[in-house]
Order: sequence, then C-alpha cells, then structure tokens
Amino acid sequence: MPELGKDTSGTTSGATEASSWVGPSTRSVSRGESILEVRDLVKHYPLTQGIIRKKQVGAVKAVDGVSFDLGRGETLGIVGESGCGKSTVAKMLVQLEKPTSGAIRYKGEDITELSGRALKAVRRNIQMVFQDPYTSLNPRMTVGDIIGEPYEIHPEVAPKGDRRRKVQELLDVVGLNPEYINRYPHQFSGGQRQRIGIARGLALNPEIIVADEPVSALDVSVQAQVINLLEKLQQEFNLSYLFIAHDLSIVRHISDRVGVMYLGRVVEIGTDAEIYEHPTHPYTQALLSAVPVPDPTARDHRERIILSGDVPSPANPPSGCRFRTRCWKAQERCAQEVPLLAVPAVFRDADSPAAHDSACHFAEERVVVPR
Amino acid sequence: MPEPTSPKDDLAVSGAGAGGAMDLAVAEGTSLEQPPGSGKSDKARSLWSDAWHDLRRNPVFIVSGLIIAFLVFISLWPSAIASGDPLACDLAKAQQGSQPGHPFGFNGQGCDVYTRTVYGARASVTVGVCATLGVALLGSLLGGLAGFFGGWFDSLLSRITDVFFAIPVVLGGLVFLSVVPGTTVWPVIAFIVLLGWPQIARIARGSVITAKQNDYVQAARALGAGNSRMLLRHISPNAIAPVIVVATIALGTYIALEATLSYLGVGLRPPTVSWGIDISSASAYVRNAPHMLLWPAGALAITVLAFIMLGDAVRDALDPKLR
Amino acid sequence: MLLEVRDLHVEFKTRDGVAKAVNGVNYSVDEGETLAVLGESGSGKSVTAQAVMGILDMPPGRIPQGEIFFQGKDLLKLKEDQRRKIRGAEMAMIFQDALSSLNPVLSVGEQLGEMFVVHRGMSKKDSRAKAVELMDRVRIPAAKERVGQYPHQFSGGMRQRIMIAMALALEPKLIIADEPTTALDVTVQAQVMDLLAELQRELNMGLILITHDLGVVADVADKIAVMYAGRIVETAPVKEIYANPAHPYTKGLLESIPRLDQKGQELYAIKGLPPNLLNIPPGCAFNPRCPMAQDICRSKVPPLFDVAEGRQSACHFWKETLDA
Repeated sequence: MPELGKDTSGTTSGATEASSWVGPSTRSVSRGESILEVRDLVKHYPLTQGIIRKKQVGAVKAVDGVSFDLGRGETLGIVGESGCGKSTVAKMLVQLEKPTSGAIRYKGEDITELSGRALKAVRRNIQMVFQDPYTSLNPRMTVGDIIGEPYEIHPEVAPKGDRRRKVQELLDVVGLNPEYINRYPHQFSGGQRQRIGIARGLALNPEIIVADEPVSALDVSVQAQVINLLEKLQQEFNLSYLFIAHDLSIVRHISDRVGVMYLGRVVEIGTDAEIYEHPTHPYTQALLSAVPVPDPTARDHRERIILSGDVPSPANPPSGCRFRTRCWKAQERCAQEVPLLAVPAVFRDADSPAAHDSACHFAEERVVVPR
Repeated sequence: MPEPTSPKDDLAVSGAGAGGAMDLAVAEGTSLEQPPGSGKSDKARSLWSDAWHDLRRNPVFIVSGLIIAFLVFISLWPSAIASGDPLACDLAKAQQGSQPGHPFGFNGQGCDVYTRTVYGARASVTVGVCATLGVALLGSLLGGLAGFFGGWFDSLLSRITDVFFAIPVVLGGLVFLSVVPGTTVWPVIAFIVLLGWPQIARIARGSVITAKQNDYVQAARALGAGNSRMLLRHISPNAIAPVIVVATIALGTYIALEATLSYLGVGLRPPTVSWGIDISSASAYVRNAPHMLLWPAGALAITVLAFIMLGDAVRDALDPKLR
Repeated sequence: MLLEVRDLHVEFKTRDGVAKAVNGVNYSVDEGETLAVLGESGSGKSVTAQAVMGILDMPPGRIPQGEIFFQGKDLLKLKEDQRRKIRGAEMAMIFQDALSSLNPVLSVGEQLGEMFVVHRGMSKKDSRAKAVELMDRVRIPAAKERVGQYPHQFSGGMRQRIMIAMALALEPKLIIADEPTTALDVTVQAQVMDLLAELQRELNMGLILITHDLGVVADVADKIAVMYAGRIVETAPVKEIYANPAHPYTKGLLESIPRLDQKGQELYAIKGLPPNLLNIPPGCAFNPRCPMAQDICRSKVPPLFDVAEGRQSACHFWKETLDA
C-alpha cells in the first residue's frame, strides 16, 4: 500500500458521518497514480408537482454518495442491476449530467464546476462509448463525418488537411476498412457500428474512456471481438477505462478492479479476485451466485442465493442499509445505521483478500463462484 | 446479456436502427478480414438518397408529381396552354356550353371557363406554396427551439398553440380578412401562416425532443459540441422528416382553405382569378349550367388530392418503418 | 412425441429480395422435456417458434415447405380457427418484453381471466378467482390485492411472472419461451427461471427455450439445438455439447464467452459477422467464419451427420472438431 498519504482527500466528508469509521481505506485506491478521483458523488432528480408553480415533492436518488478512484491505464468495472445508478455515474463523469453534489477530480482538479473553454478542454480527455450502436451514430452523417466531428469541435487537435487521413487511421485502428469512410451508419452491422463509436471516442486521444454497456447490445460472437479490441486499444494508448456493465463475466474479464453498486451506492469494491473469489457483501454474493454459468455439470451442486422481492424505488430507498429489505442477514442495526464503504472491522487486521471495502455491518466471506 | 431486440429482430430484417433503414441491405460480405462486398453495397447510401430511390419507384409519387409539375408550369406560364384573356368576357355568351375554341364553355359573366380555370391555378399554387413555406419556417423554428431548450419558453409556446387550436378556421378567416382587406393573395397567405404555424410547431417540437434523446446527440455533447452544432448537424436533419410530410399534406388543405375563403367572399376578390371565386359565382347556376362549377371544382379537387398523395408518398419514403 | 418440426422453411419478402430466415429445421420436444434453441440474432430461432405458434406475419412471411406435428396433427394443414383453439390452450408462448406483451389499459386480473372467459366460457366472477389463483401460483405476493392493478404498476420481474401465469392459465402441453429472462436483471432472472422450471416439472409440459445465453441454457435445458443462418448446426444432450462440441460454430461460441470463475487471457473471437439472410454463403453458411473451412465447405451444404446417440452435427469435419 504505497499511496497512503495521497488518499486523505477522500476522508473528510466520510469521517464526519459515523464514528465507527476509522480512516481512509487504501485498498479502494488503484495501483499507481490515480487519474480520476470521484468523491461523494450525488445525483438527485427532483420530483415536482403542480402545473404553474412546480413544487418539489421528493427526489429520485439515482446516485447517492459514490466514491472511487481510477488509476492510469487501469480498468475499473462497475456492475449492478438496472436502476442502481451506474449509468448516471457514467453520464456525470463525461459531464452529460451535472452532479447534485460531490466532486470529480481529474488530475486533482474538480471538473464539476467547470464551464466554457475549461470544460471543453477536459472533455477532450474523458470520452464515452455508448451502449446502443444504433442510436449512438447520427444516421444522416457519413462515417468520416462522425469520426471527424471531434476534430471540428476541437480544431486544435488536427489541422484541417490532416483530418481525413486521421479518420482513416482511426478506422484502421478499430479494425474497419479505411475505404468505408464515405458510408453511412445503416450500412454497417451492430458490431461494426460499435467500432465506429469507439473510433469517435478515440479521436481526441483521451486518457479516460467511459464505456457504458459497450457490448450488451451485440451478438455473442461479436462481443468477444469488441472486448478484444477494447483491450488492445487500452494497451496501445495507455487508456483508463471505466467499464460499466451488468454482465459479471465480461466485467471480470476486462477489469482490474470492480465496484458493485446497489440503489445508488457502491456496496463493495476491490480487485477482481477480491470481489469474485472473496466477496463479503451479501448483495455481491447473491449477484454472483445468480449468474448462469455455461457449464451444465455445475448446475446440480451449485449454491444459489435467490433473493426475494424487487429492488426498491430510488425515490424512496430503505433507511440504513439499502439492501436490507432483500437481505437474509438484516437486523435492527441495518435499518438504523448506514454501513460505510470500508474494510469491515472483522477483516481489518487480517492479511486476506477478504479485507477489502464492503459496506455491510455483518460482512463475511462466502465463496459463491464455483472453481 | 440483454439483447434489446424484439422477437422479430431475430430475423435481422426488421432490425432497423434509429434511422429506420433496413439492416438487411447492409452487412453483406463485409466481414472484417474481407474487402467489402461488390456491387451496390459499396456505395455510400445516405438515408435521403434511399428515400429518393424509393420515391422514384412509387407510382403514387410519380402521378402526384406529374400533376404538381403541370400545375406549377401553368401557374408560371398560363398563356402557354390558354391563349385567351381570363378577364375578357362577353355577357352575350353567358352560361353557354362547350363550343369550338371554348371547350369548357362560358360562365355567368360570359368569360371563358377553360381560360379562367387555367389562370386560377396561379392563385392556388401561390397561396399553397407561400403559406406552406411560411408555416413551415415559423412553425419549425419556434417548435424546434421550444423542444430543444424546454423550460418556460416551451411551456409558453405550448399554451399559445393550444389557444390557436381553439380558433375556428373559417370564422377566424372571416374576421381577419375583413379587418385586413385586399384583393391580392398576401392577406390570405398571412392569415394561413398565422393560423397554421402552431400545427407544425407541435410536430417540430415533438420530433426535436425525440431526436434530442438519441445517443448521438449526447455523444456530440460529450465531445464538447455547442448548441448550434447540435441543433444544426444532429437534431434538425433527423427531426425534419415529419415536418416535411405534414407540411406537404397541409399544402393541399391550404389551397382548399383559400378556395373556401374566396368562396365566402373574403379571400381573393375579383379581378384576381381564383377557383374559389369561380366556384362561388357558379354555384347559383348549378342546375342550369353545371359545367361552370364542375371545371374549377374539379381542378381544385385534383390539386388538393395531388398534394395529399405527394405527402403520403414522401412519408412512406422517409419512414420505412411504417411499411 | 409432443411436437415435431420437420424440414421447416420460412422466408420473408423484403424490399431488397427474399430473406431465407429458416432453411430446413428439424426438432422435436417431448412432454416434460426442455429443448433449448440457441442462436444469435438472425439465426431463425424466433421465426421457427413463431411458425410453430402460428403467429408469423404472413405476408411478408411465407412457409414454402415443412411440417409441424403437434400431438400427431400437422398444424400447417389446419384451418386458422382450429389453430386458434390450440393456441393458448394447448401451446402457449412467453415473450421477452412483458411490458409490451400486456395490454396497458386492462388490469392484469382481466387479462388473466380473459383466457378462461374465451377458452372455457367462464363467468367474469369465476375468472377473477382463477386469476388470483394463477397469480398465487407464480408467487406474486398479495395476489388478491394486486389482481385489479395494471401492468405498469408491476416491476419487470413481476410482469414476466404475469406473462408466465397467462401462458400457464389453461395448462398447455407446450410452452415456448422466447428469451424470457433477457430483459431482466440477473437476480430476478434466476427467480423467474427457477419458477418456470418448477412449473414445467409440476405440469409435465414440453418447454422450448429460445435464447442466446449459453449460461441460461446450461442451467435448465435437457437438450440443445444450435441454430445458424436458419439451420440447425448441432443438436445434442446439453452436457455433451458443453463438454465437447461437434461443430466449429458451437465451439467458437463456447470459447468466446468470458468466464465468471477465471480471469482468462485474450478471448477467442469468431471472426467476421453473421451472414446476411438475403445472401447466405453457398455450402456451409458458417464457412467464411470457420477456422476449419475447406473447399467442400464452400460447395456442399453439410447434412446433419449422426455423431452419437441423440447427437448430430452439420459439419463436414465433425470428427476433427470433436477430436481437436
């Protein structure tokens, strides 16, 4: 744990919240230098009533206090079910949504308050790859115009005469024929479109790519192609990925570290081995155990945790631990006290992979992924 | 791994994306390792050129297009097919039927019905085209901005359009045109624009809101694109199709509206030649001399129908999902 | 045999030509058996099921050839009103998108009860009681209170349960489930799949599970049919296919999915794209993407070779694939 001193920035807001919290967790910090620090990120969408004078009657708490670091050249996977807020986090990182509160520090600078030219400059470095390859490309523009648009918006990156060549280079980089430059998106299949979207994301030489479910709309046989491409590009350009997906197998494959979200909060975060092989949060355990494994011999002796009920509404989340309404371990304390995301007390002195951040009062290790 | 596809998408035929173009024509042999397949797939095919490709093969479009081309031609050069003077009348020939040189006969004032019907096209086409242009420009501008920016401007605009929808067209026309009189087409055009823009504004607003939610608009924003770039490059081209369709269909109805107002005596007034005026003056004699009514009324009906058919054909071409 | 599909062909007329969606499919399901039909989009897996159910849009669809025997009768020879009696009562379908498959202006109780009113001639009141019973059966909590609610008032998982309840209402012999859990979250997916499997056992129904998810298949299927470009390329008991696939496409699919239990290196990726149905490659449709393709694959369509008892593969080189 070499970066002890660096993480103190994240402690201030958390420490005031509960006394049981003892200090910064160094384990949630990535290896190496972190390029992006997210602190207590909150996004509430107001619910209003009334026709003329809109009165706020509540809020959908889509994201409610999320913190994590992203290291240079690292992939942080975020998993969670629909409505957990993972896509909202992605949108805030690329400044498509303004956070209600909290900080997103890119190289130490909080970008949530930026506007105008400074914001535009930051945007160059944080780009996004979208989920749906069908709606993420403008059907009226040629591929050349789509991939070249970043240069029109940021003319300083490439002089005009150079752009066509750059676009063709990008097409080549993502595995498409450079001669396709004058075609339109509808002339491509889903997988090819996703490559175009990736090329557009790469055009400005960003340092961070936020990928929101980049392969979930693709056919199984094409998913592997796109995942391999993303991994190749990461090595080639030393990119940092925030990889958001609901498919736990894909996230494990591509991620160095994984954060699990539930109802607007991160409930557990750690390296891929810590999360998948030594989960300590009951939600992570249930999630992992529910994933169908492509191995028919495993089905008879696999332990599956079937959760009861549905995810509560983010407009009215349960008090205390948000998972308690579906948790088989829930007790009085879970309703009253919000469990903080830290190394659980039981593991604090243990030198085991179970000693990673987990927001549960009754954290215990349980192996659910058969090996 | 949810594959957000309907059961039918399994076919890959209906796997149309946002653009609506069929996916089948697509991927051909273009696997990554192979050079692109030969033939038409190699060409860049924009959605507009696809639409044009479809239109050219649509008999409805061909028929309505020919009629409209003919109408435009005779409204520009009516003398090319009608040598007479529409205002040269001879009361002695009033109400007479067809005779050599005067195939449609004469009207109540003894003017040549054929010549008047040909010259009447100009008023109708002028009113239709100018009113539609005005309505489309004003409506899509206001509606588009309201849809894009939302907020108080949007709320205000929505209320205003509601008010306009409550105005009865003919009554409004009677009032407006008696306050703003004139014998030319311009007061009529002004009235139609004033009354017609809310319809287009609503459609433009809705389609801008739909287009705005597309990921490619978000993608442009994430790149740092400004409002004008998003509106002009990403939203407008993808939101304009419904406006074009509705405006084309509305063009026919505006021509009918002009005729209605002229019939009622508040639209165009003599000496302007208009089908509406002729229908009005002929209606008194419909029992004795039906030809006086039939020719201008027939011309009007065919014209209105042609524009409505054109609108239908354009809609089919621009939105293949409807097929 | 409960259902037997023989040499089924389906084609669609499109703007750009005739799309051959299904090209000679054979499969069968017995009572109490689960057949998983696995394939990507465009493989024809859903179209085959729609043909079996008799809900294909015709036109543009067309069935130029084939037989579908259900309890000994060829469904394709029946009149529409006879088929309608079978649909819903004898065989039922569960769709991927429960929200759009339920009528938003009718309460779920009315929609469930309608099955009994139409097919069994029950009174409104009795049908409502039946609806509550069904909702209990698919374990919707507080069924009595919720029977009058509308589809949008239920969560995704609950809506899919209602769909299942509706399909089961008349205790059909055969259920076709088209991606029944694809739109659901993982934890809910597990609940729904478990429920479906349990009810199937209880009622001894035949189940055709259409999916692209190799994990779901491994969890519930007895046998599996892998489809590619409108043909079945491999069919086998589920355990054998995962242990040792006999078709390069199946093999490629199994190798290309990341595993939950291991970190793995670079994924194996099947090159290229699924074929265009307007222009299916000659010979074996998979040949342009196949690492083992030889000249024969480009010229001759491979028939289904018998690989072992209950096991077939449509690959000229199935032996080599098995050994590799």
